[in-house]
Amino acid sequence: MKDKIRIASGQGFWGDLVDAPYHQVTKGDIDYLVMDYLAEVTMSIMQKQKSRNPNLGYAIDLIDLMKKILPITAKKGIKIITNGGGVNPIACADAILEVAMKLDIGKLDVAVVLGDDIKDCLDEIIQKGCDLNNMETGEPIANVKGKLLSANVYFGALPIVEALKRGADIVITGRTTDTGLTLAPMIFEFGWKNTDYNLLAAGTVAGHILECGAQSTGGNFLGDWQSIENFAEIGFPIAEAFPNGEVVITKHKNTGGKVSFETIAEQLVYEIGDPKEYITPDCVADFTTIKLEEIGKDKVKVYNVKGKPETEFYKVSCSYHDGYSATGTLTYSWPHALTKAKAADKILRKRLENLGLKFDEIRSEFVGYNSTHENLATELDEDKINEILLRFSVRAKDRNTVNRFGQEIAPLILTGPPSVTGFAGGRPKPKDVIAYWPALIRKTMVVPKVKILELK
Amino acid sequence: MTKIKLRDIVHGRSGDKGDAANIGIIAYDEKGYTIIEKYLTAEKVKKHFEGICHGKVERFEMPNIRALNFLLHNTLGGGGTVSLKHDAQGKTLAAALLRMEIEIE
Repeated sequence: MKDKIRIASGQGFWGDLVDAPYHQVTKGDIDYLVMDYLAEVTMSIMQKQKSRNPNLGYAIDLIDLMKKILPITAKKGIKIITNGGGVNPIACADAILEVAMKLDIGKLDVAVVLGDDIKDCLDEIIQKGCDLNNMETGEPIANVKGKLLSANVYFGALPIVEALKRGADIVITGRTTDTGLTLAPMIFEFGWKNTDYNLLAAGTVAGHILECGAQSTGGNFLGDWQSIENFAEIGFPIAEAFPNGEVVITKHKNTGGKVSFETIAEQLVYEIGDPKEYITPDCVADFTTIKLEEIGKDKVKVYNVKGKPETEFYKVSCSYHDGYSATGTLTYSWPHALTKAKAADKILRKRLENLGLKFDEIRSEFVGYNSTHENLATELDEDKINEILLRFSVRAKDRNTVNRFGQEIAPLILTGPPSVTGFAGGRPKPKDVIAYWPALIRKTMVVPKVKILELK
Repeated sequence: MTKIKLRDIVHGRSGDKGDAANIGIIAYDEKGYTIIEKYLTAEKVKKHFEGICHGKVERFEMPNIRALNFLLHNTLGGGGTVSLKHDAQGKTLAAALLRMEIEIE
């Protein structure tokens, strides 16, 4: 058994710094590279791509990335774990193997984790007595079933552990919890049992710290952010994990950013609910037991984590089509920028009303004044406001209604308050509104499958 | 009575959980935590976000990292993917909470 492994976070979301994984595998030693690509809305986008082309439906960026890092990870023996397989992990793995073949990488085992996509067997699951009601609102799934675009179970670390046991160099999953990506190599390397709840919780906490990339190393830091050095070359987090569950969060030397009590604490509280009940498929971690200690420059020890047994359920994330929205913007300049923008807002609302258009919601915001803090924004001295951007959005079930709104923005330039600009790029187009449906499913009803694809 | 600017004693981070926003607030030191634990109640946070938070506010304590976590229900205009809000994910709400001033004895 190894006495320590180094797990590096390479992506906090699909769209994160493209070269971050490359820096993680080149600027120092690591054993594992983990990358989270999936947000709730991502799965529906991927389903749409797959329905148009059966070879798509995964994080396509992975392929260019593999061209760059595979020669390095293969040489150094770094294993890669990612949920970038999206709704088509096999196509993703095939594409990676093709890259490996062209680069003459040699032997490479790519594992895929399947079984999370339950969109095509929903009827069967419901028939077996699992209602899939919305876990937040209690609504029955029948309300949205005809509109569903995707339905995926969140698997945890265990299928990835199985893939690693079977010799995988790269593990490509579909919907897997972000924390599972980081926990899996710890379970595999240290032989943790699925009843070692404190250890599983420790690995889960490490996963939570890594899952948003540089948000734990100084990015988006609300403390003394101006003290963070070299954002331009910010280092992504690395978890040095030990068999007893202690983890040291750090980053490569000669990178920007900062790892401190404060930067880690901010990430710990990010997007959590009840800190005593951080529920994952692997365990329930108690965030109120975590201890943090700065043990050196850019080194924070995370220890004392306690956990409880996992629940009997997996979380299911469904997405469904819920109408259309569009946003248009116009910029008004000094003098009286805010008054002008407010007048334009009124005119626009009146015109939409005259047209008899029915919207589910109309929202106007004044960027430069109240678009972030709304009624908490302080009043401004009009004479000191240089400019205001009017951001006007609508949402409706009917596409034509939203499209008609799009024709009303540009005319304001010639038919409303003066000194207005910033209308470029054409009319705002209706965009699909994808809503999200969280539910629970008994673990006994879905079985994750691991398949190894080899390049010899 | 002394007035304290919350921004002088805490930092934090916010994000989305469906239509709820979460705001985690961390005190810079133990003294700061004693203050927020006593005075930064769920009711005060609810009142601060009047007109923004349309549901209940839950408060959770994390003394181990000198933090309080607030869940603000019915706050994000229908949630990340449906919301028309410029800040649909509540990313700036931690900063909005730091605008608060609290009176302590």
